[in-house]
Amino acid sequence: MRPEEAFRTLSGDFYTRSLQPGPTEDTLILNMGPQHPSTHGVLRIVLELDGEYIVRAEPVLGYIHRMHEKMGEVKTFAQYLPNMGRVDYLHALAWNWAYVGAVEKLCGIEVSERAEYIRVITAEMNRISSHFVWWGAYLLDLGAFTPIMYAFDDREWLLDLLQIVTGSRLTYCYFRFGGVSDDVTPEFIEGTFRWCERMRSRLPMYKALVTDNIILRKRCEEIGPIDLDMARRYGATGPVLRGSGVAYDVRRAEPYSVYDRFHFEIPVGKAGGDAMDRYLVRMAEMEQSLNIIEQALRRLPPGPVMHEKAPKRLKAPKGEAYFAVEGARGKIGVHLVSDGGKNPYRVKLRAPGFSNLSLFSELARGVLLADAVSILGSLDLVIPEIDR
Amino acid sequence: MNVLGIHIAVELIQIVVAVVAFLAFIGVNVLVLVLMERKVAGRFQRRPGPYEVGPHGSLQTLADAVKMMAKELHTPRGADKVLFWAAPIVTFAPVVVSFMPIPFGPKYLTGWEVNLGVVLILAFASLGVFGICLAGWSSNNKWSLIGAARAVAQSVAYEIPLLLSVLAIAFQVGSLNLSEITAGQGSWPWQWNVAVQPLAFFIFVVSMLGETNRAPFDLPEAESELTAGFHTEYSGMGFGLFFMAEYAAMVVVCSVGTVLFLGGWKGPVFDGPWWFLAKVYGLLFVMMWFRWTFPRVRFDQLLNINWKWLTPLALLNLLAVAFLVKVV
Repeated sequence: MRPEEAFRTLSGDFYTRSLQPGPTEDTLILNMGPQHPSTHGVLRIVLELDGEYIVRAEPVLGYIHRMHEKMGEVKTFAQYLPNMGRVDYLHALAWNWAYVGAVEKLCGIEVSERAEYIRVITAEMNRISSHFVWWGAYLLDLGAFTPIMYAFDDREWLLDLLQIVTGSRLTYCYFRFGGVSDDVTPEFIEGTFRWCERMRSRLPMYKALVTDNIILRKRCEEIGPIDLDMARRYGATGPVLRGSGVAYDVRRAEPYSVYDRFHFEIPVGKAGGDAMDRYLVRMAEMEQSLNIIEQALRRLPPGPVMHEKAPKRLKAPKGEAYFAVEGARGKIGVHLVSDGGKNPYRVKLRAPGFSNLSLFSELARGVLLADAVSILGSLDLVIPEIDR
Repeated sequence: MNVLGIHIAVELIQIVVAVVAFLAFIGVNVLVLVLMERKVAGRFQRRPGPYEVGPHGSLQTLADAVKMMAKELHTPRGADKVLFWAAPIVTFAPVVVSFMPIPFGPKYLTGWEVNLGVVLILAFASLGVFGICLAGWSSNNKWSLIGAARAVAQSVAYEIPLLLSVLAIAFQVGSLNLSEITAGQGSWPWQWNVAVQPLAFFIFVVSMLGETNRAPFDLPEAESELTAGFHTEYSGMGFGLFFMAEYAAMVVVCSVGTVLFLGGWKGPVFDGPWWFLAKVYGLLFVMMWFRWTFPRVRFDQLLNINWKWLTPLALLNLLAVAFLVKVV
């Protein structure tokens, strides 16, 4: 159903125009959003309700469309870089990486080894901070007010650490073509070790306090099951796909950077995974990210953070390049087409949230309003990334 | 005739005095409770809570109250004006009356000595949902309507186990008069009714959360689902009255719980209203504790808990109590 159809409810001529009942007599058209507490931003969902059961649900997008792809065409390669922190503000470094990676691939720029390790460390830290926001917000959707404060408390530490090296707390612009902008400091390394240690005691506490809570389990289990076929049809990636039992992780499936040098597991749910599986996958991913961070910190090689051969002024050859990384929400892809000029000819951003949101319409059919909120939360959406 | 007239006049004056006193009591208690709620929430969430207005933020709720009273009362387009503004009053007024038969302390600290005190409170507590229903209907807002529908289903459902658990105590004591129920209990915790009927107390506590729409049963105003539920469209004191009614209703159910199960104003030393208030606030703290710890249940789960567990359990409990009272 298209949104216009949802509102094609007027009948009669100009003078006798009145509202027409929905397809069945007892349904009610309801706008969820764009200003609604649990659509996390400016997503609007047109719902048709039968009592509290959802008959149809149609997301309406574009409220925060900022023409990111068009902006790519009118800016030089380097000027476009800061945009990447704004596409998905929660996992900004992954977008940094996807774009920088695509440019490096296009121009054949090499990256210094130390920079690769720093990229891994910071991107994984950013992934944890993103999962923390999801965790807090999801529980807020389910009506638990307290966990988000704990999540943000832990995230605060993390942002303080990232601030030391990147200089910003949310919309990072840290990666450069051929390396990263600044080297890590001893303070950062020591602080990160201590933070990892703290996290190892915090995560079991969250499990005991929140994950094992019976009300939470009842709100998540058997809610919004996604089977393999469905995930494939909509192109779901990230924890949404892994929650359904597919161990597809770009870090492992198409290894980039130095990810092939670390030991980490890819947590998966069961086939036909529900909201609880997606929840557990993300919680387990935080732990795996901690493993990666610790390994990378221990093995951090010396050297410059920018490759010596990295060009001062970028000259992109004619051609195209595609580079994908694993973001907190799934596969982030940047496809660049260059005509040899100083701007990209075309930039295509593949946002994982967009595909994951597409699942919602089908998942929400026939469930209760409260379950729809739970499903929406379990997809972990960042609206600016979807609208781009 | 004249004697009867004087008698009625005295009764009326007594009621008026009691209502005014209870209004003041509610006002003060709501101010304290809201501050307490925010401070408790703050402690639970590793933050200090309100801190700016007055020492340790103690005047914060007063400032909020002034703000609320000064705000514009806005009626949404298409709303039924009369019903829309009647609803907060209809919700708030019965709560005030519910305080009448509660014995806050020995002798004079009861608003109105009634033999059917428990019944009066339950009757007026059920009236509150009428106001919520009106608010949801007259707001001309679909979220409000859903919230109101939820409130009605929930209140009707949770009144039943509440009533059954209260009846168990009434059977045991042989009275519906709250003062007599207090008098039937001793000073020490093991002499209270909770020691005799822990199951009834448990059922009472769960259904009192459902009855007052408190988390984890706060579905009529579930903000992440229904924005603000039945009071979405209310501003200023319209919202303020709903807010006050909610907190006052919390005080009422906790008071009833205290009288029925926790010995009322009796305590190990120095019987008096302070014991009563301490116990009420203890129960209120437990309610806040629940709210800041648990996620919200889903609506069908809420009704399932009630119809499949609490009501049968309460019925069994009542049967057992009736049997024991008859036999012993």
